[in-house]
Amino acid sequence: MMGTEVFETEIALVVNGAERRVPKGWTLADLLASLELDPRVVVVERNSTILRDRSSFASLALASDDAFEIVHFVGGG
Amino acid sequence: MGHADLLSPTTLTDPQPFVIAGREFRSRLMIGTGKYASNAQMIEAIEASGAEVVTVAVRRVDLDRSKDEAILHHLDPDHFFLLANTAGCYNASDAIRYARLARAAGFNEWVKLEVIGDQQTLLPDTVGLLQATKTLVDEGFKVLAYTNDDLITALKLEDAGAVAVMPLASPIGSGLGMLNPYAIRTIKQRLSVPVIVDAGVGTASDACIVMEQGVDGILMNTGIAAAQDPVRMAASMKSAVEAGRHAYLAGRMPRREVAVPSSPTTGMLGA
Repeated sequence: MMGTEVFETEIALVVNGAERRVPKGWTLADLLASLELDPRVVVVERNSTILRDRSSFASLALASDDAFEIVHFVGGG
Repeated sequence: MGHADLLSPTTLTDPQPFVIAGREFRSRLMIGTGKYASNAQMIEAIEASGAEVVTVAVRRVDLDRSKDEAILHHLDPDHFFLLANTAGCYNASDAIRYARLARAAGFNEWVKLEVIGDQQTLLPDTVGLLQATKTLVDEGFKVLAYTNDDLITALKLEDAGAVAVMPLASPIGSGLGMLNPYAIRTIKQRLSVPVIVDAGVGTASDACIVMEQGVDGILMNTGIAAAQDPVRMAASMKSAVEAGRHAYLAGRMPRREVAVPSSPTTGMLGA
């Protein structure tokens, strides 16, 4: 049955409300780098849990159907 | 100090430092960072205002990069005290979530807590506000609570552990000035924590009149950002806040319904 096996090379995530496909095996640090985001000026929530330790980003493996919110400070009163 | 040193409000000393939760701030004027035409204009206005506390909002990063919204590239956190707000939150749990995200940015554990109750007036939902205040205080936040000009809510917020209570002068962005000076004075007289009037100041005289009520400070955004010349208005607001503060400390003359001559009534020429 080898011929019918689908070999997934990407996984689907939700990032800031929109679906995004990324290569399997990526970490959160890879995702932020691909988005050209400096981890020091953003805050990341994964599946409704805030990731307080930025040093964990490089080892945090992305999983299928993870939902991320990536926020930052903007102008406001 | 001789009166020669007292020629300008800017050189007058204030007998009471402006302290919130044990931290002293150099200006009683706090300003928001929203709605400026450009980041350069915002920075220039903040500098002109002399403000140390500047508020910021928490929002999703625009992953398409259609806008340059990230404010930390422009504001030096060593020079300004960044006070995150929960603007745009319509219930306690959203406000709590935004506050936690803001704290995770790593600057401080302070939050300007807003729980909005109505889209048209942006008036606060004081029930949700009180609930969120309690939760965030328990989590170690320093909560500055944006609220109505209502004494009972203000007292409850203080009781819940808010480090400052921020009654509105009038609705956010309205520029209507202070609608109820009596309520603001009453809140100031009854609370022990600082009272900082937030929202509704439209021009320098509004700011001056607010400070003349004896409150500890003012937070404003649109009054500066929506002026034709925001930088000049920021400088005017700085002067107005200082003038109003010193007028309050100086103690105004009593109001009278009749005229009292300023010049001697004796020594007039004979007919």
